[in-house]
Amino acid sequence: MPEIKTDDVYIELGKHPKAGFATDDMILQMGPQHPSTHGVLRIECVTDGEIIKKATCHIGYLHRCFEKHAENVMWQGVIPFTDRMDYLASMGQNFSYVITVEKLMGIEVPERAEYMRVITAELQRIASHLMAYGTYGMDIGAFTPFLWAFREREYVLDLFEKLCGARLLYNYMWIGGVSHDVYDGFAEECMSFLDTFERVVFEEFNPILTYNKIFIERTANVGILSPELAIDYGITGPCLRGSGVDWDLRRDDPYSIYDRFDFEVITGKGEMGTVGDCWDRFMVRVLEMIESVKIIRQALQQMPEGPIMNEKIKKVIRVPAGRVYGRTEAPRGELGYYLISDGKGRGPNRLKARSPCFSNLSVLEEISRGCMLADLIAIIGSLDIVLGCVDR
Amino acid sequence: MIQAEYYNIFVKIIDQLAVLDFLPPVWKFILASVIAALVFFHVIAIFALVAIWVERKVAGHIQDRLGPMETGWHGVLQTLADAIKLLIKEDIIAGGIDRRLFVLAPVIVFMTALAVFVVFPVGENFIVSDLNIGILYIVAISTLVVPGIIMAGWSSNNKWSLFGAMRSAAQIVSYEVPVGLAIVCAVMAAGSLSMQTIVESQAGGFWNWFIFSKFPFGFIAFFIYFVASLAEINRTPFDLPEAESEIVAGYMTEYSGMRWSFFFLAEYGNMLAVGAIATTLFLGGWQTPISLLSFIPGPVWFTAKTMFLVFVHIWLRWTLPRLRVDQLMYMCWKVLTPFAFVSIFGIGLWMTF
Repeated sequence: MPEIKTDDVYIELGKHPKAGFATDDMILQMGPQHPSTHGVLRIECVTDGEIIKKATCHIGYLHRCFEKHAENVMWQGVIPFTDRMDYLASMGQNFSYVITVEKLMGIEVPERAEYMRVITAELQRIASHLMAYGTYGMDIGAFTPFLWAFREREYVLDLFEKLCGARLLYNYMWIGGVSHDVYDGFAEECMSFLDTFERVVFEEFNPILTYNKIFIERTANVGILSPELAIDYGITGPCLRGSGVDWDLRRDDPYSIYDRFDFEVITGKGEMGTVGDCWDRFMVRVLEMIESVKIIRQALQQMPEGPIMNEKIKKVIRVPAGRVYGRTEAPRGELGYYLISDGKGRGPNRLKARSPCFSNLSVLEEISRGCMLADLIAIIGSLDIVLGCVDR
Repeated sequence: MIQAEYYNIFVKIIDQLAVLDFLPPVWKFILASVIAALVFFHVIAIFALVAIWVERKVAGHIQDRLGPMETGWHGVLQTLADAIKLLIKEDIIAGGIDRRLFVLAPVIVFMTALAVFVVFPVGENFIVSDLNIGILYIVAISTLVVPGIIMAGWSSNNKWSLFGAMRSAAQIVSYEVPVGLAIVCAVMAAGSLSMQTIVESQAGGFWNWFIFSKFPFGFIAFFIYFVASLAEINRTPFDLPEAESEIVAGYMTEYSGMRWSFFFLAEYGNMLAVGAIATTLFLGGWQTPISLLSFIPGPVWFTAKTMFLVFVHIWLRWTLPRLRVDQLMYMCWKVLTPFAFVSIFGIGLWMTF
């Protein structure tokens, strides 16, 4: 029987006086009340000083049983719930749900309503990406870009308020159309916003944050998400495109009338560091806002006259029995709804939402291993999560 | 250079008051010291009130908004209202906290901020104490802030506080090096450690100020001092110890009300202090830029130059993001320190030949 020396055991445990100072990992509970977790997210960090050994996400603090609720309301009644999923991009959530139901019902939407949907969804994308831009600046420590972004976002919200009366949770897209027609002068106001906005992005947003030396130092080569890893984890949206994967549902699986517009799909090129780092993900969002401007311009020019609701839609909607999955490119990635209808009930029998934020957040543990505490904040910010969408 | 004789202005005033003749000289000296301490406490407090208002206004205008507008003319009384609110707030000391250290920490931090004001040459005859090692005294005293911050972080029994305190200690201790080396440049050029003598050796127009006179070494030293002093007082882009988005509020996380406002006051006091030191060492102190303007008294120049530097601090804070810990250390040891040595070498050559 081999002799076990007590010294060896102690040295192995790091507790022997000869082994130097005994050190231990520190477990740091970041959240659910923390300024940079973008909501009520808790991250359990195992840290060695400033270095994160492991970061585990604990979600569910904002769980509101949306999917279960949906089983007990009418088909239209689900739309306000979708608003509250990703409350920074409600139009995109409405859009995805209504086209899924319409797909199951097999109904057509009037042309004018289709254009209205695209215009509002793209305006919403601008507002959502502005929020991502601003809060990311704040995560890195710059406060001013946040308020500049809010100033521009305010114009979009004003347009929405005039259009449908709500600033955040719109309930604007209905099954078979949209709730309100445009008011007089919408096109002009929208155009004048787009003109100033394009200038503001290049002349104000980019110099103060995007090409700031300190900002580049903090975000380039940090949180590198390789294309393979991104696909493995089911990452979608700007995070996937930031890794250089050329995939956008608006172009690759066109829904609504997106095939009529001319726009580019922005991908990360590793301009400042490696492809798929935080800076790339951030830059994809900034450039996507410009692409959205292009789409809205074309849509406003092409928009025809006509009704905004399908005439056949009654107050009580009858949906034939069946199963369907519909998906759109929401500002944060692929948002899909899986619906089951038995053809008898007044609402969905089962609803499952595939939220982009949930999948995007799941990769955090993988890409934050071995980074520093400040980098962890930068990575969370660059994934651009909304906890309402993660927890549903 | 002959050391001119300066009187402690407060001692001089007390001496001249016939009413106090019955007091022995020691008591007069103590009385003068107490008055001086009270005056500088109020200077810091009033400066902080004004500076916070200015900071909020500047921040507001940089961010396309107005800042405080409701309380008084353009919100000038807003800070006063906030100060009163802080004073009457409940004093919270959470459970599991080391009470003695927790209570003592803000006092130490504030005291060090206050103590450096003793040697600032505000005007030709306006200095509390013209120590012959004035600048050395400043370096020594301002380092004492580190124990205060570590006490605050450790006693709070909070991991974020501890993170903040450790970051702060590492940062302040590291940046002492470039700050010290930049100060050495000015001391070499003046040939004295006395603040008043340093100012006097820069007399005769702005081209004699050390920032311009030993070009480019004086300018490099000034720049290094300015950047490193930003790190010393935890201002953006080096505000890691209180980085809100990372470690909540750093060592101040558990503090509230009056105790927190002492940290806050110390921060603004430090801003004024590093502005004043940079003015004294490199911008000619109370000297006029050109002799035409010499009818304006020295204290006005001193205050104006200091306030300009404070404004630059505020301007930077609302423009730049924050560095990471390793980048901060890289900047200190691999960028600022070597350049400080270069500038010491350059000024040494300049003084020799």
